[in-house]
Amino acid sequence: MALAEICKISNAPYMRPNAWSSADVEEEQKGLMCNLANPYTLAAPPFENPLHNLNQIQANGDKTGVKINFDHGTTTLGFKFKGGVLLAVDSRATGGSYIGSQSMKKIVEINQFMLGTLAGGAADCVYWDRVLSKECRLHELRNKERISVAAASKIMANIAHEYKGMGLSMGMMLAGYDKRGPGLYYVDSEGSRTPGNLFSVGSGSLYAYGVLDSGYHWDLEDKEAQELGRRAIYHATFRDAYSGGIIRVYHIKEDGWVNISNTDCMELHYMYQEQLKQQAAK
Amino acid sequence: METLLGIKGPDFVMLAADTTHARSIIVMKEDQNKIHKVSDSLLISTVGESGDTEQFTEFISKNIALYKMRNGYDLSPRESAHFTRKNLAEYLRSRTPYQVFMFVAGYDPNAGPELTFIDYLANALPVNYAGHGYGAIFASSIYDRYWHPNITQAEAYDVFKKCIAEIQKRLVVNLKNFTVAVVDKDGVRDLEPISAASLAA
Repeated sequence: MALAEICKISNAPYMRPNAWSSADVEEEQKGLMCNLANPYTLAAPPFENPLHNLNQIQANGDKTGVKINFDHGTTTLGFKFKGGVLLAVDSRATGGSYIGSQSMKKIVEINQFMLGTLAGGAADCVYWDRVLSKECRLHELRNKERISVAAASKIMANIAHEYKGMGLSMGMMLAGYDKRGPGLYYVDSEGSRTPGNLFSVGSGSLYAYGVLDSGYHWDLEDKEAQELGRRAIYHATFRDAYSGGIIRVYHIKEDGWVNISNTDCMELHYMYQEQLKQQAAK
Repeated sequence: METLLGIKGPDFVMLAADTTHARSIIVMKEDQNKIHKVSDSLLISTVGESGDTEQFTEFISKNIALYKMRNGYDLSPRESAHFTRKNLAEYLRSRTPYQVFMFVAGYDPNAGPELTFIDYLANALPVNYAGHGYGAIFASSIYDRYWHPNITQAEAYDVFKKCIAEIQKRLVVNLKNFTVAVVDKDGVRDLEPISAASLAA
């Protein structure tokens, strides 16, 4: 051991009699779970320069067999209209071609006046939405005033920009009612953040946009708006294999959000088919 | 895909920018403003990687505002362009470079108008006219043909109209709407947007 002393390596982990002492394990655990105490210390991918290398690993996935199939695929939509803000989402979670869940809640209830939708990597969205919920609650406690949708979306956009290129995958809408009236923002993992009247996000968004754009105008009645949102998502679940399950519709008005309906898309399918048949019979 | 245009005249600078916000093949928005009023006599227009554009433009404009608060006077357009370029150059050599293309346009009561072209590699160049993005390729020959040293604001606006008509005719991407803003001795102001509809009228 004298040589080790001279070489000053006697304290190195590989020189210890038992490399996996409980202290080591604890230390490693701390490194992996520090984000539980502070969510912003989320570990980056465990290799050098994740910005560049993560893409390389994913691109070579077919050859190496090392490929991460993130939970992906969604249809979500949101629009502002005369009667407030409407959100509608599907509830299918897929990893590659495997359906992991048919009953996921892709609308996160941040507080009584604000909702967030999830699309993209399920884990990323759920994780950062929880962080956002925390930040919004803290803002409320510190300032004795609910956070505005603009501010909440800015927090999210700043987080997304910080982790840009590190493999996060999110496309979310933040919707709510604050002192400026109804608010709807789109934020994604590229770090972009933009307000708007009408958005759709996810793999089925192209189909949803078709129905939504052709039926949307500002002066929709509440019932019409809810049906438009539901219908747009239904048509997306019909065409997009990665969307399906229960279709959830939320409506945000001046006095907070209301969950309007949670209907299985199959039920809707048969209902709309029946309507078509009746129309044809007339 | 996005396009910025800029023209400098003897006593003004005029900027135009399309208003499309696209993500992969989907147009998310048709009314995105890309020309930012930074101070009473300074405009910055930005395109590039989504996220970076908003973040970097805000960083620059807030710092220019901070400079005014600290010193009681504005950063001149030339100084603003230099500040922007230096920050972009420093970020370029960091782990997180900003991929942005911009114009810094301003009017200095002493030095006159100033239009600076800045690209994502932090090249900065004072120019009389220029563009960013695919649309700028079509615009460049129109500038060469119609720009002259004594160009008026009305003429510059007409040159933009010619450029935008050409972009909408020849570029495969659909850029429907362009916002236009000008900065001169009276400060910054918005002009009528140029759109396919307004060109047809």
